[in-house]
Amino acid sequence: MNEIVFKKTLSPEIKLYKIRAPLIAKKRQAGQFVIVRLEELGERVPLTIADSDPEEGTITLVVQEVGATTRKMGTYREGDGFLDVVGPLGRPTEVKKYGTVVCVGGGVGNAVVFPIAKAMKAAGNRVISIIGARTKDLLVLEDEARQVSDQLYVTTDDGSYGEHGFVTDRLAKLLQQEQDVRLVVAIGPAIMMKAVCDLTRNFDIHTIVSLNSIMVDGTGMCGACRVEVGGQTKFVCVDGPEFDGHQVNFELLMARLRMYLPEEKKAMDAWMSRDPVGPSVAEHTSAGEDDGR
Amino acid sequence: MADKKKLNLQRESMRRQDPAVRASNFEEVALGYDQEQALREAGRCLTCKKPRCVAGCPVEVDIPGFIACLQKGDVLEAARVIKRTNSLPAICGRVCPQEDQCEKACILAKKGAPIAIGRLERFVADEEARQASPETSPKAPPGGRRVAIVGAGPSGLTAAGDLIKLGYRVTIFEALHEPGGVLMYGIPQFRLPKEIVRREVEYIESLGVELKTSFVVGMLQTVDELMAGGYDAVFLGNGAGLPYFMGVPGENLNGVYSANEFLTRSNLMKAYRFPEYKTPIKIGRRVVVVGGGNVAMDSLRTALRLGAEQVTCVYRRSRNEMPARGEEIENAEEEGIDFQLLTNPVRILGDDQGWVKGMECIRMELGEPDASGRRRPVPVEGSEFTIDVDQVIVAIGQGANPLVASTTEGLETNKWGYIVADLETGATSKPGVYAGGDIVTGAATVILAMGAGRKAAQAIDEYLRGLDR
Repeated sequence: MNEIVFKKTLSPEIKLYKIRAPLIAKKRQAGQFVIVRLEELGERVPLTIADSDPEEGTITLVVQEVGATTRKMGTYREGDGFLDVVGPLGRPTEVKKYGTVVCVGGGVGNAVVFPIAKAMKAAGNRVISIIGARTKDLLVLEDEARQVSDQLYVTTDDGSYGEHGFVTDRLAKLLQQEQDVRLVVAIGPAIMMKAVCDLTRNFDIHTIVSLNSIMVDGTGMCGACRVEVGGQTKFVCVDGPEFDGHQVNFELLMARLRMYLPEEKKAMDAWMSRDPVGPSVAEHTSAGEDDGR
Repeated sequence: MADKKKLNLQRESMRRQDPAVRASNFEEVALGYDQEQALREAGRCLTCKKPRCVAGCPVEVDIPGFIACLQKGDVLEAARVIKRTNSLPAICGRVCPQEDQCEKACILAKKGAPIAIGRLERFVADEEARQASPETSPKAPPGGRRVAIVGAGPSGLTAAGDLIKLGYRVTIFEALHEPGGVLMYGIPQFRLPKEIVRREVEYIESLGVELKTSFVVGMLQTVDELMAGGYDAVFLGNGAGLPYFMGVPGENLNGVYSANEFLTRSNLMKAYRFPEYKTPIKIGRRVVVVGGGNVAMDSLRTALRLGAEQVTCVYRRSRNEMPARGEEIENAEEEGIDFQLLTNPVRILGDDQGWVKGMECIRMELGEPDASGRRRPVPVEGSEFTIDVDQVIVAIGQGANPLVASTTEGLETNKWGYIVADLETGATSKPGVYAGGDIVTGAATVILAMGAGRKAAQAIDEYLRGLDR
């Protein structure tokens, strides 16, 4: 059991949890993830580690409530715990001094790109961050991003905050102004990462994406998370989660992310029609979620 | 030595669930002997003075010894005899390929009626569990040498059980949230009920073995860190890992699973009880499983039980070359599985939404023997045909998981990534580190992994004694 020592609602659908996991906190590096199982009947859900505090022995997870499991997670309070937290999993980000690095985050992907921006900054890079969300309410970790960035741009799809438009609109302008961008890190919904990659390909700028495929064990055993990179099948859990975005087959990724939509809907219906007593009721269900990026 | 007893060649059959009934439930298929049957079967044993069956057992269970106890009706003593060398008898009695091991060596096998050793072992283990809380040995004294076991599968559990009986402090590190390894995620409930795996794991724990689940050695801590942190020796039993795919077009379409994924969802995560259990699994209408081993049989029979209308095994060689146990192939046939033998997939066809809708196959014929000694299947030109299918499960084996080997200094692996270890002792290229089971041999059987765990435990004991000298 891993105790929730701190919980904060960042937006109506996005919550931040600090979880007691001392060994993971000590070991994890930027870009790595954990797999969480909430309860005995629960599924295994991969979640990127947004931050950690080795002194305090905690890791931070930022979770968007996209399905029944993450919604149920949202009902957990400080003092409650997640039954299993395993990690750190995946290869860490290759952090080194590149020069100017642009970190692009979309939606809850801002929480995933944050530790990478932080590590890139610490490695001596000039970090420019572009973070975006559909609307103001869904924008998370703006202050955190500002702290680790030399420049920060904020966009919302509906113009309710920051610049009106997509992160890619801002990125296109930026890449025309900035001549010496050495690396773009793009993390968010698959469609956003694809759009970023299509853009940076024209500028011939190396672009890293972090993929959010469906997983079960997270240690290379099952192959649920397989994706195609450069025409080859790769496992996101052990070969990734980060890949050269220009080589990723995003259509395949998006199709595979839709694999369990009917089951997810069934689980959500069950969750929505649940007995309103609380999170201990057995029929609360969910299905095949990832961290909703 | 004249044998006055008349040979009884009536091998006692075991009750099984009716095929028509069991094809739609996950309850255990084989129902085991009752007391009377077990005593009748035990009574047939000649308790040979020079038993050949024992040599046929990778963990050298004293087979005539335990059967002699049974003949006297002393089940608990029989259990004690087995457990001297085998910590997991209820599991071995169910999933060992006895027909290729102890029973093959039985003197009565020549007459076509070997003693049903596996069924007797199962009876003894189950009866012991029913009658009494299992005997436990004294726990290891505090302050002794410590051994880390990586992986709570058959080899790790066996090594742990043996080492704690030898007086060491033992910790098992398991990556998944439940111990048991392949016994938990791989072998289905209807062949090996999970309650039995839990019972055997609890027995190991009752001996004083410490168990840490959700602990991925290689990621959370490396082998070197474990050794620096106070473990005097390490046994690597982390199993085979990465599933192989065929490398044919269409393999990443939705609806294509590795057998590992399909079985893990169903067995470990209990997706067959979705939505009560929250892990989903696709239920195909027409399912093809590619492969001819035990994992393929398990996948076929799981797909059937989940509710598929038609389940087909596609295997490139003939029935004679199938690596699965004869008993499991028969079970699958009885349950109505369709076998397309001498058939190989060419590509998987998808619809415009990225879902499997068909599979193109080609007929094969057997040519000259290959490296495995089996006749090599070669395609019959122009024999391509298409199967209507909406789910494909690939059960063609698995490779080595690199997480441990790639993070351990000075640990030698072979070109396939398996850990190089002495087959008699499990010793690796790194002092104090031993390995056994699938991570050394590639995917094999539960009992071979247990045998490796047992040999490694003895070698670790010698190594640690050497340190104290």
